[in-house]
Amino acid sequence: MKRSRFPMIVTGIVLLFFYLPILVLVINSFNASRFGSTWEGWSLQWYARLYQQEEIWHALRNTLIIAFTATGLSVILGSTAAFALHRYQTRLQRIHYTLIYTPLVVPEILMGISLLLFFAATGMELGLFTIFLAHVTFCISYVALVVLGRLQDFDYSIVEAAQDLGANWWETTWRVLLPLLAPGIVAGGLLAFTLSIDDFVITFFVAGPGSTTLPIRIYSMIKHGSPPLINALSSILLLITFVAVWFSQRLTEEKP
Amino acid sequence: MKKQNASLSEWLATLPSLIWLTILFLIPTLIVFAITFKPADPFGGIGSGWTLETLRKLRNPNYPAIIWRTIWLSIVTTTICIILATPAGYFIARLKQRWRQIFLLLVIVPFWISFLVRIFAWKVLLHPEGLVKKVLVSFRLVQGDTSLLYNPEAVLLVMVYTFLPFAILPIYAAAEKFDFRLVEAARDLGAHQLQAFFKVFLPGIRRGLLTAILVVFIPALGSYVIPDIVGGPNAEMVGNKIAQRVFVDRNLPQASGLSAFLILAVLLPMVAVLVLQGREKKATPIIGEEA
Repeated sequence: MKRSRFPMIVTGIVLLFFYLPILVLVINSFNASRFGSTWEGWSLQWYARLYQQEEIWHALRNTLIIAFTATGLSVILGSTAAFALHRYQTRLQRIHYTLIYTPLVVPEILMGISLLLFFAATGMELGLFTIFLAHVTFCISYVALVVLGRLQDFDYSIVEAAQDLGANWWETTWRVLLPLLAPGIVAGGLLAFTLSIDDFVITFFVAGPGSTTLPIRIYSMIKHGSPPLINALSSILLLITFVAVWFSQRLTEEKP
Repeated sequence: MKKQNASLSEWLATLPSLIWLTILFLIPTLIVFAITFKPADPFGGIGSGWTLETLRKLRNPNYPAIIWRTIWLSIVTTTICIILATPAGYFIARLKQRWRQIFLLLVIVPFWISFLVRIFAWKVLLHPEGLVKKVLVSFRLVQGDTSLLYNPEAVLLVMVYTFLPFAILPIYAAAEKFDFRLVEAARDLGAHQLQAFFKVFLPGIRRGLLTAILVVFIPALGSYVIPDIVGGPNAEMVGNKIAQRVFVDRNLPQASGLSAFLILAVLLPMVAVLVLQGREKKATPIIGEEA
């Protein structure tokens, strides 16, 4: 019985479709030509030009401040949430799960506009702090689900054993629970970090003057700026994400 | 005594995230509906008192066309994604362990690439001086003066590009659990290859298909950046109108009126899936599956 080759061909086309545009973009970032359509030789001039852009460094600073703080808080909130979801099967946890899950399904623009309206209604000034609040809000769900996935094959009797041997709540948490959950928590944290660095839509709605982040900067460059610079900036971002993916893959593959 | 302790620690572990999401997710979502009935103040904020002004403004003659375009673009995007994702998910699920991991990683990586970068890559390709245009012109498939950018077709293409990985993953997850001996049994019993695919495989991965439809269709309805960058004035979607009300004319009540409509439009398919799920008496929820 011969298997059809059709699925293989479709998969091949799909992968080509995924990677061709990215490949063209990266190659063009080394193109000396101002217009990507003709090849005028290898050049690093766009990277050099990028380096001199004052606004990009400022935007990068904002992005990193938000990414680190939002990741920190969302890892704490998300891991605690995952623990509760895994440990208890109550009505409260059903509500809790719905509240954790729904932000993942809702289109980003709705989250952005609803937070903007909330901040406007409560009279909060838009800026880095409102971006931080927004990022923690969408990161909690991702961290919680990643850690929850890790918890699925977690043997709770280890914790009970520690308690039987006389460990108190604090010791059990710090010396038994956290080290065992660390790979999941780090993977969740890396996901939160990359999501925070990449987020445009929600950030755009809750950003104020002076709180421009890198994606907002890229967006205005796409709208008004010069394409070769964006090519170079995108290629750097790609490199960073690939390193992050590789790192988190290694973390999630290794089982304790 | 012991029991009370347990519930206290449950509350301690639950409350932080529960309170955070209630204040910064649930309440803001509900506020969208409330602000629809508020007047705008001249400084771009929200005035006091209540009014039906926004609802009257929503009867703008342009809106039905934009709403209709949003819906059909989302439906066509979802259809194309499912048509491409089903064979891809099937193919990856039938691979040997090692190859399967490599292909899976290839599908996941685009998730990690900045959304703006992926859209920009297409803007460059479709640009009048771009590669796609040149190739198409050299094969005489399009005329030299046709614009590939700034039309609904460009938006559709980039939407499929962006959402396709979302469709492949749940379909693959379902296909991986599917018992392929059923397909072989069907073939042995005389079913044609296509018959086996449509009558045995597709019903077998039904839940994965439903998840895939949901995770493509819902974000598609809320698209805003894609039509903003590769679409023109005749390719606007509801998301663009919301953004214009916020960033161009700074009329928050009108933006919230449109958003309230979008929330209802998003809830509809979600409720439909929940109902479908309720009919199938299975414990695992469709919505909870790998998204």
